[in-house]
Amino acid sequence: MSVEFDRKIHNTLADANLQLAIYAATGRLKDKRSETVTPDALPDYQELRTQANAIKKHTIENLDYYLEEFERNVEAHGGKVVYAKDGTEVADFVLALAKDRGARLIVKSKSMTTEEVDLNERLEHHGLEAVETDLGEFIVQLAHERPYHIVAPALHMTRYEVADLFTKRLHVPRETVIEKQTAIARKVLREKFLAADIGISGANFLVAGSGAVVLIENEGNIRLTTSAPKIHIAIAGIEKMIPRAQDLATFLKLLGRSGTGQLLTVYTSFLSGPRRSGETDGPDEFYVVLLDNGRTRLLPDRGTRQSLYCIRCGACLNACPVYRKIGGHSFPWVYSGPIGAIITPQFMGISHEPALPFASSLCGACAEVCPVKIDIPKVLLELRSDVKKAEVREKRNRLEKLAFRAYAWLMTHPRLYEMAGRLAASAAPPDSSGWIRGVPAPMNIGPLRAWLSQRDLPPAPARSFREMWRRR
Amino acid sequence: MGNRVSLFITCIVDQLFPKVGMDMAGVLERLGYEVDFPESQTCCGQPAFNTGYRDEARIMARHFLDTFESSECIVAPSGSCTSMVAHHYAELFQKEPETLARVHSLEKRIWEFSTFLTEVAGVDDVGARLDDVVTFHDSCHGLRELGIKDGPRRLLARVRGLELREMQPAEECCGFGGTFAVKFAELSGAMARTKIDAILRTGANTVVSLDLSCLMQIQGALSRAGLKVRTMHLAEVLASR
Repeated sequence: MSVEFDRKIHNTLADANLQLAIYAATGRLKDKRSETVTPDALPDYQELRTQANAIKKHTIENLDYYLEEFERNVEAHGGKVVYAKDGTEVADFVLALAKDRGARLIVKSKSMTTEEVDLNERLEHHGLEAVETDLGEFIVQLAHERPYHIVAPALHMTRYEVADLFTKRLHVPRETVIEKQTAIARKVLREKFLAADIGISGANFLVAGSGAVVLIENEGNIRLTTSAPKIHIAIAGIEKMIPRAQDLATFLKLLGRSGTGQLLTVYTSFLSGPRRSGETDGPDEFYVVLLDNGRTRLLPDRGTRQSLYCIRCGACLNACPVYRKIGGHSFPWVYSGPIGAIITPQFMGISHEPALPFASSLCGACAEVCPVKIDIPKVLLELRSDVKKAEVREKRNRLEKLAFRAYAWLMTHPRLYEMAGRLAASAAPPDSSGWIRGVPAPMNIGPLRAWLSQRDLPPAPARSFREMWRRR
Repeated sequence: MGNRVSLFITCIVDQLFPKVGMDMAGVLERLGYEVDFPESQTCCGQPAFNTGYRDEARIMARHFLDTFESSECIVAPSGSCTSMVAHHYAELFQKEPETLARVHSLEKRIWEFSTFLTEVAGVDDVGARLDDVVTFHDSCHGLRELGIKDGPRRLLARVRGLELREMQPAEECCGFGGTFAVKFAELSGAMARTKIDAILRTGANTVVSLDLSCLMQIQGALSRAGLKVRTMHLAEVLASR
């Protein structure tokens, strides 16, 4: 495990207030989701999941076809599709366009895809101002932080912390009432919307059959971002594709419920192309940037490319007992929780943080709530195997490999296994009827030490089961 | 199906909690089953598989297949080990059709203890008595990979003198997770303490579960916190009279 990963986990666990905040906020989202997917509330929930999985599976298996269909349809409506290999290509495109049109101010709606490629930093580096307009994103941007959660970026902050932040960064009187904080943000953002040259959004779905970008939201900021400025750029991962608009009947039922426990979000926008003649609203120019950034690396693997089915609802984060302890910022990349634990190594390579796929008890709560039925534990297990294969290739962590080889050997030699077991038991403290709190220093190493750092050990029984069985 | 069952006792019960194995055998015998214990059995290989060492897991899986080749019905006091055999062995032998066929045959013959009682033996009442207030912890692999939810609760409901109080949430992981418990010890410990808070809120004296791995984690953390709540495997409860 990298020192940084270890330190972030430790610091989060040690922060009692943060622990309460994460557990309570994820608990609320988790409970709200549960209420909306009960057999009474949504009788065909399981069928919808199966259908969503099948649609995504089909789309990913035919992605080349749908990408081209999408591109044709966007261009038929007067928009333009741009393919970007990575974050540099995304930034280069936006920067070139901004330079050509003399743009300075960019308003942004919430997009994990742009977070993924550090778009704001890249644009600011070249003198552009990029302003996040989703309230949670606006808060974390002011705090110079990354989103804490896929759908709730400021989940870790209390309203008192937000009050201090607004006072410090926006120079307004301290305000702790959430509605009034929202009004402050609204006032700041309204001016930005009116002055912005470019609006950048993400995309929840890309509809191949109609060339539409589908966006869902509650705050209305996406509608402003995509319609007020003269230029709209939607930036989306290639896996956001779905074949037809009618497929949304499946996905929209699942996404609102899984993400925030809403039957539908407040707004659902279908955007295809720039403003046409006779229309009063909408941009003059419409671009869709389709991002790879490691996604195509997944395509050859039948077993693990299911990670690309993800619709970024965040349900797996709220269900995850690990996320609920270590929070979003402990994770090594922008994507946190169970989905982050699989797509980070898949998009970035396993060496980015080799310990990440191991940071799971494999409890399966994530897969249980996933609306598109991604078998996250299965992918984690595949990634663990990949990490171990790489370690063998690179001759790292050889002691552990040796230990597991010895263990496998011992387990195929039952008599030696029995003797080894009794030998280990004889090393336990004598007459310990209760559980063991510690062992002598020379033994207090490795896994035993790690176990004892948190918990007591069971006392060794006088006889193993097989001995008792023989004697009965 | 005949009257014979083979015990897969699991390495953790064999080495650390032999009483649970004896109690499970006792309950099965009381129900009229003829119980045997194939002596060459050791570990199913799950720790290796879950840590990413698939070659080593395959070695142990082959040993398991040989050991239980002739057993027509296998019962284990663990949802996790049962799931390893019934759900994950197949992943290890995708490229070996002959072994895969043996695995598929094995999958149909292995049962987690409570599921064997409720679904194969068809009993809810084994004639047990335990005067105690208990809460039930759903072991993750039993719950989510084997779908075990109501069976153990039905069995507990028929234990005379026993009151079951559900904890909220009963389905959240205790934080054991195999090598996770030592690779991420501090995190695993924090998860255990959250589980313990849920247990304490019920006011129960005893936590019952289907897996000794979870119970070792929970009891280890209870003991460290100096709490008097005890843990019992379902087999121990059902063997009480």
